[in-house]
Amino acid sequence: MKSVGIFLICVGLLCGCASSTQLSLYQKLDGKAGLARIVDSFIYQIGNDEQVIHYFEHSNIEHFRQGFITHMCMLVEGPCTYDGDSMVAIHTGMHITEKDFNRVVDLLISAMNEQNISHSLQNEILSRMAPLRGEIIKM
Amino acid sequence: MKKIKCLLASLLLIFTLPSVASNGKLLATPGVSQIEGSGGGGIVPWAQLAGYASDDEFSVNGFCSRADVTDYTLDVCGAQLNLFNRVELSYAQQRFDVPALDAEIEQSITGAKIRLYGDIVYSDWPQLSLGIQHKSLDDGSIATLVGAEDTSGTDYYLAASKLHLGAIAGYNWFWNVTTRYSEANQLGLLGYGGENGSGKVLFEGSTAIFFSREVAVGVEYRQKSNNLNLGEQDWKDLFVAWMPNKHVSVTAAYLDLGSIAGADDQTGWYLSVTGYW
Repeated sequence: MKSVGIFLICVGLLCGCASSTQLSLYQKLDGKAGLARIVDSFIYQIGNDEQVIHYFEHSNIEHFRQGFITHMCMLVEGPCTYDGDSMVAIHTGMHITEKDFNRVVDLLISAMNEQNISHSLQNEILSRMAPLRGEIIKM
Repeated sequence: MKKIKCLLASLLLIFTLPSVASNGKLLATPGVSQIEGSGGGGIVPWAQLAGYASDDEFSVNGFCSRADVTDYTLDVCGAQLNLFNRVELSYAQQRFDVPALDAEIEQSITGAKIRLYGDIVYSDWPQLSLGIQHKSLDDGSIATLVGAEDTSGTDYYLAASKLHLGAIAGYNWFWNVTTRYSEANQLGLLGYGGENGSGKVLFEGSTAIFFSREVAVGVEYRQKSNNLNLGEQDWKDLFVAWMPNKHVSVTAAYLDLGSIAGADDQTGWYLSVTGYW
């Protein structure tokens, strides 16, 4: 009985330690500054990509940059509220193909690699963005 | 020798024609080539269609594989055509060497797979595909000798697969489940049906963890029927797949194929290379 009690105390301590050092995803990404670095690399990647650059020909880059940072911040549960245009509204008329969507995912991965974002953090970000695909392609 | 030349020519094409290659899928998501020519793992056909073609592209892939176990060797070369990520057509030629009998068994397999629903990454439910593999022995004399009823047969399968992003400690987790109707004895290399029965519904499964974008480590299981009463057992493997880019993949595996034609404990190694363009 006594050993069970000691075991429970140990488990309690472990959990306590684990939770007190647990950083949020937003914090692990170095907050808004970290997200801005990823988005800047991402914009640079898009700017050099022949396959998808045409989708951005008429966009205001600074507006895109701010919108993407805020949207990502919200998706990783940071202290931001994205209240810009909906994904559907932004992408309607662009007719983005499956292939070009995946190309942009590849570029985002390259940008995250460039910013030394760990593999598991990258997957965490991608898993939060992937459900948006239906509101982006073939609009 | 002819096959090696063919493979070298294929590789040459892959490196000289990268500009026409289809690359609309995410890296590694098509899987590799299984021993009957379909897109899949090593021994299990998966729901993904072989190659990097997305819904407005087509792609052609070529592969060669070798399985080397205690008493036998299996060499396979084949190709797949992916049409708009909706239909996969495949052809494979298998050569099974039995050194103890100084015999070779050759079989050709024509396959087709249709994607019914979904995308392994993006859809809410798993990707679902229906496939068929028609197999025919070049020379059925050994199959007939061991008691097989037929020297050709057709397998039908339904496969479901899903990639879960960041699901296991932040790593991407893949699984595939396949149910197959088959009359084949040892893939059909020992014919189809026998004294113990013929058509059966069999279960197959694969699962893997992606330790990076390029490297997956996983296991596979394939149920087998014992139509010939020669103690045919379920197959298992442990694999590592390396997909450094959208032009080539290399898969190595440790195989445990159980008893084959009365020879027990057939374990050994597997190596497979697929080129995509």
